[in-house]
Amino acid sequence: MIKTCNHLTKHYGKPNGWSLDAYEREGGYKAARRVLTEMTREQVTDEAKKANIRGRGGAGFPMGVKWSFMPKQAPAGKPMYLAVNADESEPGTHKDRTIMEENPHSVVEGCIIACYGIGANKAWIYVRDELHLARERLWAAIKEAKQKGYLGANPFGKAYPIDIVVHTGGGTYICGEETAMLNSLEGKRGEPRLKPPFPAQAGAFGMPTTVNNLETIAIVPTAFEMGCDKFSQQSALHDLKDGGCRLYGVNGHVKKPQVIELAVGVTMRELIYDIGGGVTGDREILGVIPGGSSTPVLLPTETIHAPDEKSPLHRFHGVNVLDVPLGVDTMRIAGTMLGTCCVTVMAVGTCPVLAMENLMQFYRHESCGQCTPCREGSAWLKRVVTKILDGESSMEELNELHDIANSIMGNTICAFGEGTAMPAMAFLKKYRKDFEKYVRGEKTRKDARLTVT
Amino acid sequence: MPFALSADRERELTEILSRYPTKMAATLPALHLMQEQEGWVSEEMMIWLAHKLDVSPAHVRGVVTFYPLFNQEPVGKHQVWVCRTLPCALRGAGDVIKHCEKKLGVHVGHTTKDGKITLRTAECLASCGTAPMMQVDKEYHENLTTERIDQILEKLQRD
Ligand SMILES: Cc1cc2nc3c(=O)[nH]c(=O)nc-3n(C[C@H](O)[C@H](O)[C@H](O)COP(=O)(O)O)c2cc1C
Ligand code: SF4
Ligand code: FES
Repeated sequence: MIKTCNHLTKHYGKPNGWSLDAYEREGGYKAARRVLTEMTREQVTDEAKKANIRGRGGAGFPMGVKWSFMPKQAPAGKPMYLAVNADESEPGTHKDRTIMEENPHSVVEGCIIACYGIGANKAWIYVRDELHLARERLWAAIKEAKQKGYLGANPFGKAYPIDIVVHTGGGTYICGEETAMLNSLEGKRGEPRLKPPFPAQAGAFGMPTTVNNLETIAIVPTAFEMGCDKFSQQSALHDLKDGGCRLYGVNGHVKKPQVIELAVGVTMRELIYDIGGGVTGDREILGVIPGGSSTPVLLPTETIHAPDEKSPLHRFHGVNVLDVPLGVDTMRIAGTMLGTCCVTVMAVGTCPVLAMENLMQFYRHESCGQCTPCREGSAWLKRVVTKILDGESSMEELNELHDIANSIMGNTICAFGEGTAMPAMAFLKKYRKDFEKYVRGEKTRKDARLTVT
Repeated sequence: MPFALSADRERELTEILSRYPTKMAATLPALHLMQEQEGWVSEEMMIWLAHKLDVSPAHVRGVVTFYPLFNQEPVGKHQVWVCRTLPCALRGAGDVIKHCEKKLGVHVGHTTKDGKITLRTAECLASCGTAPMMQVDKEYHENLTTERIDQILEKLQRD
């Protein structure tokens, strides 16, 4: 069901929509003022849980629950931190950037509420280096908020200092992984850390830290302004604790690629046809990648398998994957992941082997190299797919590809490994016939296309 | 001449250092500041920064080699990055790259003879909804057409 919202997007495209004036004219900073002057920290985390905000960074972990992992009391005299993840580098993801550029005050206000809720006095916002305009807008918003006294020693008159610092990376996808991001923030190589300890125990600079995606934080003021329970109920998946609204993206082979704010519950078919204007050239769909390149591709013919009658997901049993509400748990039972909630559409006519080569080139390039299965596996996957396209491979080698991908699973420090292996295995399994045609020489690289008309 | 930051940037570095609980944390922002001035990061600059932040030159070198946006050798006056990743490729990034190579007379990864433009490919730049796209220095150019690309590149060539 399509239910449009404009909590975050109402400022988009307006002249100076990113300014404090514009933000306050629409009721901005009321939530933060109320939280700081009327609520205790415990009340804030309890309320936050009711919003059922599932992390917007990819894994979909409940935000309020994560907040409650923070120690009740900071270790004597030590700071605790909020770290906001705006690395936005997952291929196919184009939503956080729009918030930073068009509505940066929602991020600032979200940081104020979140800091108070988790017991932190400082928020770090980690923005990938390429997003210069986004960073400029964030710094400007922080400055405006400071001048108003919403940040600093006494935000809204409350003796609870809050400061925000924007930090930047250096062009690596892996710095989006939360512990790599923390290393990068500390001025080190962005290599993921072994867990435990988890960031809530020892995060930035060794201190308890909550890591949240930028959109997760930006929607917090809306939830508190509406009342978190009411916010959650906007969603068609409220009963599954997947609440509220979020930014949905649609890109690739659609007529009108875009980012749009919708209540949770829109289906992929609605996103592609009603929002995205349909598939390029009115073609059929070859496949959809639901939320960034690390989420396994779905065929338009697949259906949901949830035979257990006791499961709350049983109501989707047998439903086509394009017709279920796009949510964290519905995509999981579809055998993929909601990820970053930006859908990439590939039309019939696209060569899936070439698409996989493109993605494997990405993963080979971005592996940080700490774990042998990931470093070697990602390079091997790329090499063999290239050989297949060039007609230099064999059926044995094609069969081996699955094993190479599988050997990465579960043998690595961070989830990058799975994020490489799972989409690789999905391409191999779902488009097996296409791969075979190249191996048998029935198709050559010259036939392979990624664009359609 | 030994490396030094301009007075403005030196002040900015002092301000940057005040943001963090450790000096080491200023490594990345400082490197960006230095590269903005020089266009790249030399061995001498790394040693300069190591002294400044009380860290080892090996630490700074480790950071510079990890992050691809730090240039370890001089590059052109302008940086052109064309996004090559799947969502952009589905919307014609491949042709954009070919067109840029032809127009500039260089292959990806190289700098034009006059030293003006370095052409490179980038991985997804969070702009897939407005693909194909490229980044020129600090600016994004989205929904590219051949005419737009020509205008953008010709302006750089004239500069
Ligand atoms: C390889 C890799 C890349 C990631 N990139 C990002 C990213 O760019 N932005 C992001 O918010 N989360 C990213 N994540 C997820 C983070 O590790 C983390 O789960 C998230 O920031 C938590 O925020 P959330 O709970 O609000 O979603 C990435 C994870 C992995 C394994
Ligand atoms: S899984 Fe890959 S990216 Fe993650 S730590 Fe290991 S080598 Fe690095
Ligand atoms: S794939 Fe090019 S911006 Fe995302």
